[in-house]
Amino acid sequence: MSEPVSPEALSTASSTRAERFRRERTRLGRRADTLFAGLTALAGLLVLIILAYMVLTTTNVALPVFRSQGLSFVTSATWRPADGQFGILAFVYGTLVTSAIALVIAVPLSLGVSLYLVEVAPRWLRGPVAYAVDLLAAVPSVVYGLWGVFVLLPLFLQPAAEFLSRTLGFIPIFAGPASGISYFGAGVVLAIMIVPIISSLSREVFRAVPVEDRHAAYALGATRWEMIRGAVLPRSRAGIVGATMLGLGRALGETIAVALLIGSRAEVGASILKPGYSIAALIANTFGEANPEGIRALVGAGVVLFAITIMINMAARMLVWRMVER
Amino acid sequence: MNENTISLEENITATERGSEGPAPAFGAPSVFTVRGLGVHYGGLPALRDVSLDVQPREITAIIGPSGCGKSTLIRCFNRMNDLIPGAEVSGEVLYHGEDIYAAGVDPVTVRRRIGMVFQRPNPFPKSVYDNVAFGARINGYKGDMDELVERSLRRAALWDEVKSKLRKSALALSGGQQQRLCIARAIAVEPDVILMDEPASALDPIATVRIEDLMQELKQEYSIVIVTHNMQQAARVSDRTAFLYTEVDEAAGQRWGILVEFGDTSDIFTRPRDKRTEDYVSGRFG
Ligand SMILES: Nc1ncnc2c1ncn2[C@@H]1O[C@H](COP(=O)(O)OP(=O)(O)O)[C@@H](O)[C@H]1O
Ligand SMILES: [Mg+2]
Repeated sequence: MSEPVSPEALSTASSTRAERFRRERTRLGRRADTLFAGLTALAGLLVLIILAYMVLTTTNVALPVFRSQGLSFVTSATWRPADGQFGILAFVYGTLVTSAIALVIAVPLSLGVSLYLVEVAPRWLRGPVAYAVDLLAAVPSVVYGLWGVFVLLPLFLQPAAEFLSRTLGFIPIFAGPASGISYFGAGVVLAIMIVPIISSLSREVFRAVPVEDRHAAYALGATRWEMIRGAVLPRSRAGIVGATMLGLGRALGETIAVALLIGSRAEVGASILKPGYSIAALIANTFGEANPEGIRALVGAGVVLFAITIMINMAARMLVWRMVER
Repeated sequence: MNENTISLEENITATERGSEGPAPAFGAPSVFTVRGLGVHYGGLPALRDVSLDVQPREITAIIGPSGCGKSTLIRCFNRMNDLIPGAEVSGEVLYHGEDIYAAGVDPVTVRRRIGMVFQRPNPFPKSVYDNVAFGARINGYKGDMDELVERSLRRAALWDEVKSKLRKSALALSGGQQQRLCIARAIAVEPDVILMDEPASALDPIATVRIEDLMQELKQEYSIVIVTHNMQQAARVSDRTAFLYTEVDEAAGQRWGILVEFGDTSDIFTRPRDKRTEDYVSGRFG
């Protein structure tokens, strides 16, 4: 056939082809990069626009009520729509109290569960248990609410509330008469609802602690618990705050389970063993039969709830930021 | 054969007898007596049949090419291998004549006597002070903590550099300072032995020299075992050297570390008995 092609010629030919190919690819790649950057920026911008639009429109709907009530919208606990009195203090209070109870119970429980899964549990048990905990997050909140009312209330909430007021009743927050349908009851069910999210996030946080840190502690003669306290927890603080905040966000906004368990009484009472009310429960319960002004007031309550969540999130962010600074 | 090797071999037999009977008749008794030590990871051998002695107030170096089992060996001295899933240790490691792998021996107690410094500086994300105090606190130290922290930092030749920032995060220190902090942290537990696994390999030359000087200081009070893949370092700092090398079983597709030669550092580097040692220390491979 034709004369043999020298290896050098072959390699030069293929190298120039490769060169051209590479150049083309880079050009294409660069164009795709620009496109991708533009798309993501657009998506981010869209989220911000939707958020701003929501804040503006809801505030706009509620504006007449904000005007007529003034500051007493948030400082008054008198909620009488028929008389045009809209004070949401009792609901704000109930939202904060139930969420606080939920955190007090859920954070230690979640950290315990995830520390157990990451540090203690035998390997074969870790996957299944973690999966089961995560699955709890998939249960619809109305199921939690109904289960709370029909199972947990008679089995645990009512007896526990009575026990607390019997033994610790001298402290105002546990004063009787005790009811399972109360801030306490709603808080406990909320706690169960937010354990999955806090524990699955903190599990990741604990897992991310470098093995070198653990070995450093063990090499100093630390027991497992001393290692956790000395090496794992300090590295995880910021992450734990983050996980807690996501749980808190869910607790603050939770509607149906709280509505079923809180007792729907618009009062600001010191005792957590008495019925109360929350913003989300108020909106869910009364939106249907509210008069036009009442609807504006309910939307206003929603705006306040949104403001609370934003403020708490910002506070948390600052806390995390200061932790990282140190 | 030279004098040192003879005395070493006598020492080995003496200690072997000593594990049941009295300590060897001459010299100080060994800090560690290792006999027929082997380690498997997940059923595969990583180290086989290592026997050596670590003498008090000496620096014992473990050298050898990468992957020959140096870290594996040094982790046997304070039972850090217990923390590695699938690791199994066989053979004997006697610490002052006591088998640290015997049933009923708590690895936590072992590690409180035998400190360790790692390849990558790994201070806790806490203040300089709390790093040093950590070990003492978990050990229930009752004395003056400020004094202990200062003393440990001084002994680690770090005090002057950090005395004004004891409350600052240890992570803000340079790599060399962090490593000396890790040494101070180990010293604060008042151990008897300090194990160092390539303590200077992540550091720049100046920081390395500081660590080496520090080791000479620490030798006055502690027995030191150091892993290094830097032969010059071993030659500079150590009194005795163990040379590990990888043995390969092509048929089974397995490789594991063995102890090729153990003796006085000067002998290992100037009069090695084994051809592989000679090749390694003269830089012909590894
Ligand atoms: N945690 C581990 N799990 C499984 N195998 C390991 C582990 N650590 C080390 N090995 C294996 O043991 C051998 C020796 O490793 P190592 O002791 O780290 O060597 P060196 O410190 O001399 O570089 C290597 O083949 C390595 O792959
Ligand atoms: Mg190593």
